[in-house]
Amino acid sequence: MLAIEQLAIAYGPHTVVKEISFALAEGQIGCLVGPSGCGKTTILRAIAGFEAPSAGVVRLQGQVVSSVNTQVVPEQRKVGMVFQDFALFPHLTVADNIAFGIAKLSKADKAAKVKALLKLVGLPDLGQRYIHQLSGGQQQRVALARALAPEPKVLLLDEPFSSLDAEFREVLARDIRAILKQLQITAVLVTHDQFEAFAMADMIGVMQLGQLQQWATPYELYHRPASRFVADFVGRGVMLPGTMLDPHQVETCLGIFQQRYLPETKAGDRVDVLIRPDDIVHDDESAIKATVLDKSFRGSHILYTLALSGGEQVYCLALSHHNHAIGEQIGIRLDLDHLVLFPRAHGV
Amino acid sequence: MLKTALFDRWRWAVLVPALILALPVAMVFISVFSPQFAVWQHLRQTVLADYIINSLLLAGGTGLGALIIGTSTAWCISQYQFLGRRYLEWLLLLPLAVPAYIIAYTYTGMLDFAGPVQTWLRAQFDWSFGDYWFPEIRSLGGAVVMLSLVLYPYVYMLARNAFSEQSASLSEASRTLGLTPRQHFWKVALPLARPAILTGVALAMMEAFADYGTVQYFGVPTFTTGIFRTWFGMGNAIAAAQLAALLTSFVLFLLLLEKWSRRKIRYYHQGQKHSAPSRRKVSLTKQLGVIFWCLLPITFGFLLPAWQLCSWALANWQRTLDGAFWQLVWNSFSLAAMAALLSVILALVFAYARRLKRDPVVQFPVQLAALGYAVPGTVIAIGVMLPLAWFDQQIDLFAEQWFGIRTGLLLSGTVVALLLAYSVRFLAVSLHGIEAGLERIKPNMDNAARSLGFRPGQVLRRVHIPLLKGSVLTALLLVFVDVLKELPATLILRPFNFNTLAVRAHELASDERLADAALPALAIVLVGLIPVIILARSTERRMRGDE
Repeated sequence: MLAIEQLAIAYGPHTVVKEISFALAEGQIGCLVGPSGCGKTTILRAIAGFEAPSAGVVRLQGQVVSSVNTQVVPEQRKVGMVFQDFALFPHLTVADNIAFGIAKLSKADKAAKVKALLKLVGLPDLGQRYIHQLSGGQQQRVALARALAPEPKVLLLDEPFSSLDAEFREVLARDIRAILKQLQITAVLVTHDQFEAFAMADMIGVMQLGQLQQWATPYELYHRPASRFVADFVGRGVMLPGTMLDPHQVETCLGIFQQRYLPETKAGDRVDVLIRPDDIVHDDESAIKATVLDKSFRGSHILYTLALSGGEQVYCLALSHHNHAIGEQIGIRLDLDHLVLFPRAHGV
Repeated sequence: MLKTALFDRWRWAVLVPALILALPVAMVFISVFSPQFAVWQHLRQTVLADYIINSLLLAGGTGLGALIIGTSTAWCISQYQFLGRRYLEWLLLLPLAVPAYIIAYTYTGMLDFAGPVQTWLRAQFDWSFGDYWFPEIRSLGGAVVMLSLVLYPYVYMLARNAFSEQSASLSEASRTLGLTPRQHFWKVALPLARPAILTGVALAMMEAFADYGTVQYFGVPTFTTGIFRTWFGMGNAIAAAQLAALLTSFVLFLLLLEKWSRRKIRYYHQGQKHSAPSRRKVSLTKQLGVIFWCLLPITFGFLLPAWQLCSWALANWQRTLDGAFWQLVWNSFSLAAMAALLSVILALVFAYARRLKRDPVVQFPVQLAALGYAVPGTVIAIGVMLPLAWFDQQIDLFAEQWFGIRTGLLLSGTVVALLLAYSVRFLAVSLHGIEAGLERIKPNMDNAARSLGFRPGQVLRRVHIPLLKGSVLTALLLVFVDVLKELPATLILRPFNFNTLAVRAHELASDERLADAALPALAIVLVGLIPVIILARSTERRMRGDE
């Protein structure tokens, strides 16, 4: 449905997006995450047709809409967009905002469509209000309804939750995902918040400095990060120093771990092993002890910050009835599904 | 699908009208390449030095006058708390409503030998003609005073904003460092406001250079009167255009000064919090002094001349308020309305194209066309006349050769010439307002409408124009009033026997029928009050928004 191939975008000599490729099938929801200024919004604007590529291609339904020689104007792309600031028209009512993009329909069809969309986004009675009379969450829903009205093939969402309160975000993200799935709409979401990405997306791309570091499912991204940056950016975790005994085994202060064969390593190489909070299991029986440095209560779980005997710090996510005081020694065990290793960075 | 530069409609929509608007000023400069030795020899030997010296003295004197009146009143209004401050704040804008040529006739009527002032003096002291010295209003000095009285609001407005945007903590810091309020003004407040004040002075000086009505009436030979004289008296249009080019060069220098100062304003305001300074409460005597000082320019710049005009108009209304007067009103209003509409449509297209296309092909011609506000009306009139007259001649020749008919004056003697001149002179006025309005509409509004399937032109009609209603209306009004007040270009370019309020007031005054000139003059002043009210209201809104 949507394919980005080797896309690059430059403002003068300044390249902000470098050779990005990814694709989404019909009905899939993709998400670009990354720190601000990494070029994710620029990609969205290129898909919508507001930016022209300096290299590469954007395809919609197999058809090239953006390339160095071709640039289909935004109004002919049938790509809907929900903007960060919503960009609702202040001089129109909610109903007129939603009907804005379907001006060609008959009056009755328009009214029916607006009614259906208002119901879909959960605001059935607010059609005659003006935008300034709505709350932020309601404006968000109207912006979504307006973008959906012309039945776009692809929907783009630029930081759609950034101006909302944290408590709303999760509900809205879930609602919007349900609506998109119900309508089988292909969507691309841009956010700097990985939890939004996890809540919404089928596929996630992590961007840094204009480059796509990894394009993968949320599970893969979390458990098999392709680079140190992705590992750092997605989820919480620490890098535990280790030494390769041979290409199959690595030794850390928590023991020796088996590893699938890594041809590029040799015995004696110093590496970092990614340890996620859920890789460390709290086990009172375990011989390995660690000191509780800090704890933060998360309802069903407690996130402990632990100091190992060698001074290294790790996180441990324990069920919340395992309540220990700061300074206490607790037993832990490493429960690694697979190892994620990065060669030791210089100077670390 | 790919639109190359050549086929982009918006580029053409800007390029063609912008070049037409730039043509008059370009023509004036092109005239330099057709040397008129004989005329220049004559000018150099006789009047050229007078033109240059008088114009410079007039502009310099007016700049100084506006600087002193504008800065001092702005300081009083922004720093002191006194009785009636809120009213004086906008009353100080009133002289903007009075065109310089009108205040000049009015004071002449009041101060000349037969006027009320000298008559009263003679009666009081039992003097008769020749017994006493009285300053001659019809002089260069008189012109400087007249222009300063109506142009100081430019400095006042900009200086007031600059002073009131200075953070309260600045003056507190000065005090803790041992400066008296007076020292704070000279060492901190004034240097910080300097770019704003300089901008205002440059604008006032541009207007002084452009003035025709006052100096012509006072008989002071300057560039603008010289241009008239060279063209209509000596019949040399090219030499007149060359004089105009010289005058424009002086003005361009001021324009550069203005642009440079404006950039500085932004710089000088970086990192300052916009907390409104608390105004100082001062003793009653000082309050009275401040009120008196602020009332002076209001009285002499507006109240007194307006009162004089009213009394003349009331004394003669049965004679002057006739069908001919209503014909003048109709001519003026319809002309101003057409010009306002044209100027606002151009401004909408230009401003929107600039928003769409950031490239220099669009940006530069618009900026060039908007420079017209700095160019004196006399200069623009000549620049409009030259190409249109040439065009009419060519058509006339062509028609006579091929069809045996004379077409005569198709464009140059018609309203078309006037509309072109007004568009050149006042495009900046409408463009400024509409661009400010457009800036408030977030670019994502455009993007949202585009992604919903609308072409740029449709977006302009469906989103921007409805949202810009206020800005469009204001721009229409401002251009309308400016056109109504405009004198020199109208005088030169108007169709035969076509009179406006401004032209008629000028003609009657020139014939020493001052009392008869009062009614059209009063009408202009009354309409001129509209933009002053708009200005006062928008300032008040902004101030309230800050608090």
